[in-house]
Amino acid sequence: MKRASFIGHVAWTGAGIAYVLGADGIVRAADAASGGFSFVQISDSHIGYMGPANGDARGTLEQTVNAVNALPVQPAFVIHTGDVTHLSKAIEFDDARAILSRLRAPLLALPGEHDVIGAEGPARFAAAFGRKDAAGRGWSSWDQGGIHFVALINVGEGETMGVLGDEQLAWLKADLAARKTDTPIVIFGHVPLFAVAPEWGWTTQDGTKAIALLRRFSSVTVLNGHIHQIIEHRDGAIRFATANATAFPQAAPGTPGAKPGPLAVAPGSLLGVLGYRTVEVDPTVSWQDFSLARA
Amino acid sequence: MRALLAAAALAACVPAAAVQAASSPPAVHIRDDAFTPATLTVHAGDTVTFINDDDDAHTVTADDGSWDSDGLNQSESFKHRFTKAGKITYHCTVHPFMHGTVIVKSAP
Repeated sequence: MKRASFIGHVAWTGAGIAYVLGADGIVRAADAASGGFSFVQISDSHIGYMGPANGDARGTLEQTVNAVNALPVQPAFVIHTGDVTHLSKAIEFDDARAILSRLRAPLLALPGEHDVIGAEGPARFAAAFGRKDAAGRGWSSWDQGGIHFVALINVGEGETMGVLGDEQLAWLKADLAARKTDTPIVIFGHVPLFAVAPEWGWTTQDGTKAIALLRRFSSVTVLNGHIHQIIEHRDGAIRFATANATAFPQAAPGTPGAKPGPLAVAPGSLLGVLGYRTVEVDPTVSWQDFSLARA
Repeated sequence: MRALLAAAALAACVPAAAVQAASSPPAVHIRDDAFTPATLTVHAGDTVTFINDDDDAHTVTADDGSWDSDGLNQSESFKHRFTKAGKITYHCTVHPFMHGTVIVKSAP
């Protein structure tokens, strides 16, 4: 990636703050402190949800932001893997931006299906968190810290939830074709790329087509949200990991009688099932999940 | 037929209640990630109320994209008036496995 487009990538105005950060500055700061490169994943903040599973989704997102800001080494960026809001309402995007703009690190956000509800949802998300250098319906890729990052969109706007679509798959094929086999690849997206629980909408229907394009690479990490719990899965050299939410948990797939949706847990145990993930590149990709109870 | 006779008998006994039931506005409840009833039959010109009884967010969105409730929180509702006879299918954009049908008959 050329320097100009890289700066375009990190010149991130989505959180209400114009981050005018040179690529060199970010990477060197991380390298100097840790000897590696790190970023943070947060997901499913559902700003606007008010129910028995969490009466204060804004508060738990604020706690997450505080925990990330307190990390001894600030990540190169924070990726929010979707469902920033609960109902795509303007006030919810305003609240989410106000909270997320307090992050010390630059923010990247991908839409979940809750962020593209109705006629106005996609435009509201784009106005709040859209990126200038994105292609198609918002997918993008960039090189940073020795990693080739790809942010996929598998929700909304003319497509069924859990679909990448032929246009995006063609873009992904061309994007990956230019990469060497030993380039570590990190993929972001909201809905899991592999079939966690298709009957609950917890799969990307054409995800296998994307996975096929990733098989030739020696290191692939796929990080998703959507299911509000950590599930790890390995398929050859491709590692998958879904993330905890910052808002509320959901039932484990296969739980008898359970449905997808907000799951109320015992009072006092909510913070233990919410959290964020730190990802280190040193030079292999590894991650660690932290709950808000520990934060 | 037996149900119809029973209904007729009930109507004969308590006409006020029966009339009220017959004229109550058609409604679909969203409960446990399902539209209930999954298939509702109305007449052209009828307005259907969709009520979200779930703790989760839902939408009521025409499959052909011609109308959309936007997001419904728990206990929020959406009304849509069906003007033309036909079979209209709809879904929830947040839960694409949720499907419903409204059959609209010509006005009586």
